[in-house]
Amino acid sequence: MLDASLSQSDLAIDVRGLTKTFGKRTAVDHVDITMPRGQVWGFLGPNGSGKTTTIRMLCGLLKPDAGQGTCLGYDILKQSREIKREIGYMTQKFSYWEDLSIRENLEFVANLYGIKNRRQVIDRALEDLGLTTRQKQLAGTLSGGWKQRLALAACTLHDPKMLMLDEPTAGVDPQARRDFWDQIHRLSAQGLTVLVSTHYMDEAERCDQIVYIAYGKLMTQGRVEDIIAGSGLYTFVAEGSSVRDLMERLRGQPGADHVAYFGNALHVSGGDLGALRKLVAGHSGMPGVQWHQMRPSLEDVFIHLMGQSTDNAGGR
Amino acid sequence: MFAPLRRIGAILNKEFIQILRDRLTFAIMLVLPILQLVLFGFAINSDPRHLPTVLYLEDDSAIVRSLASGLQNSSYFDIRERVTSADAATKKLQSGEAAFVITVPAGFTRDVLRGNRPQLLIEADASDPSAASNAVGMIQMIVQSSLKRDLTGQWASLAQGPMPVEIVVHRKYNPEGISQYNIVPGLLGVILTMTMVMITSIAMTRETERGNMENLLAMPARPWEVMAGKISPYVVVGVVQTLIVLLAAHYVFHVPFIGSLWLLSLGVGLFIIANLAVGFTFSTVARTQMQAMQMTFFFFLPSIMLSGFMFPFRGMPEWAQAIGQVFPLTHFLRIVRGVMLKGADWAAMWPSIWPILIFIAGATTIAMIRYRSTLD
Repeated sequence: MLDASLSQSDLAIDVRGLTKTFGKRTAVDHVDITMPRGQVWGFLGPNGSGKTTTIRMLCGLLKPDAGQGTCLGYDILKQSREIKREIGYMTQKFSYWEDLSIRENLEFVANLYGIKNRRQVIDRALEDLGLTTRQKQLAGTLSGGWKQRLALAACTLHDPKMLMLDEPTAGVDPQARRDFWDQIHRLSAQGLTVLVSTHYMDEAERCDQIVYIAYGKLMTQGRVEDIIAGSGLYTFVAEGSSVRDLMERLRGQPGADHVAYFGNALHVSGGDLGALRKLVAGHSGMPGVQWHQMRPSLEDVFIHLMGQSTDNAGGR
Repeated sequence: MFAPLRRIGAILNKEFIQILRDRLTFAIMLVLPILQLVLFGFAINSDPRHLPTVLYLEDDSAIVRSLASGLQNSSYFDIRERVTSADAATKKLQSGEAAFVITVPAGFTRDVLRGNRPQLLIEADASDPSAASNAVGMIQMIVQSSLKRDLTGQWASLAQGPMPVEIVVHRKYNPEGISQYNIVPGLLGVILTMTMVMITSIAMTRETERGNMENLLAMPARPWEVMAGKISPYVVVGVVQTLIVLLAAHYVFHVPFIGSLWLLSLGVGLFIIANLAVGFTFSTVARTQMQAMQMTFFFFLPSIMLSGFMFPFRGMPEWAQAIGQVFPLTHFLRIVRGVMLKGADWAAMWPSIWPILIFIAGATTIAMIRYRSTLD
């Protein structure tokens, strides 16, 4: 958790009780986030858990129904214009103009923000992201990875203090994903604060801290190791040729809260170490199966957290 | 079961689910036939009756009054008021408030009784030739039968011979009855209605549909700036369209233009704004470009049918005219025809200008309220 000595001005985000309802559905339910400047934070949670809604409230696009706080030192309720000026928001779906070229898109954004030395700023942004040779190409003809680069170039053009990226790598191939994260860390090294929502566990592990939100409620928050350590979850792994057959037998047994098949191995996780040990001992004599205990993966922890939370979507 | 049939059945079933789920398309399929039945069945009448008529009487007598009631009873003419000067009568024709002015000259009664065959002047607004023709065709008979009833006793002989009055018909504004004179200026209104409403609603909806709008609003663009920036180009489009139609009207169709270009420009400007406001309102309701198109159609169809573009406005029943008054096209048609064909001035056009202003105020209010709520 955060150091109490951090003063107000060191916080990029400081919100309490953030709540938003759409009709009868509470999309975000009393979420508190305190995030220091200069870090990269991951925002995780299942689909429809309220990540996008939270981000939209933080950057002043949505008015919360309840709660208060600041983003970059500005009141999220009253100073949304100032907030918009200093953050770069990348929407979940590509939202630049597909019938404009890369350069035209950037020029439009530069004009909207009233950026000085437009030419140089755009040239440099194109170069930084390797878009120079493609600058005349229409945005609509770009592949997913290049579209993300354009979006990143466009939302960082005005030199924001903070980036909010809403599932920026969804549907992007692994190489492009890696490149994208390199860019994020490059920007972070320049002092930018980054809040990025994602479904990918490997991406979560690239973040300084993660915030896990499920069904509108903040479930946990902290460094990856701390979250794993604090989860109270234990995982045993069974490897060998016949572990597939074990899966059905272990599922639902006392001690095995979750059973999942990962890369030729069976992960059996549970909160009760004693019961889990007993279960493993009961199935350890089988030929072609070797057991060992390991640190639970972040995914195991999240599946565990999801199971604990209750769905607010009501039968969706 | 026969495999193709099963597959067709599966697709059919899916199609029905989708049709019932897409409420706007469903509404169009149900409402459109009803709308057309009502419009064509009840509202449209190719034999217009009860046409607003103004009397300018320089002579008043039992004969004149009976003539007036004869006109009223014929059901073709609806005498709305009497004016006290020829000038006032002309204004009524120019503004479109009156379709006919009937002038009874001084000494009319005396001349009838002396057998001098005085003139009875009928001025018809012939800018829409089809609207006036039937009534004009009936006037001779109406006047004759009315006089026959009144000329009894010592004057009975007057009713026997030729018509005791000479009926003079002035088909004003379009004496030759050239239908292009009426249609081409009207077309300007139709073209502007269709493109302005359709283009703005689609252009705005496209932005929302593709997610561009959220991006715009996350940048420092304020909602009203987005609106102003997005709508302005279409004002230019509207002006270009107007120029094309006016040039074609002049050089290709030789439609006269006797009024003030400035007055027409004002009318065109207001009309464009009114339609843009409608398009903008639709864009705040429609979620897809398809829906925006459908809404445009719903607005466009009654607009051209009830405005007096396709069928004479005065030929429609009162309720249809009342609905027609809502559409800006109805008033714009009066302005464009009034200015171009009749040389109407500001005073004569004001009755058609203020309804457009009210429409703009209403549509803009709805658009702004809707726009604000879609942002959240």
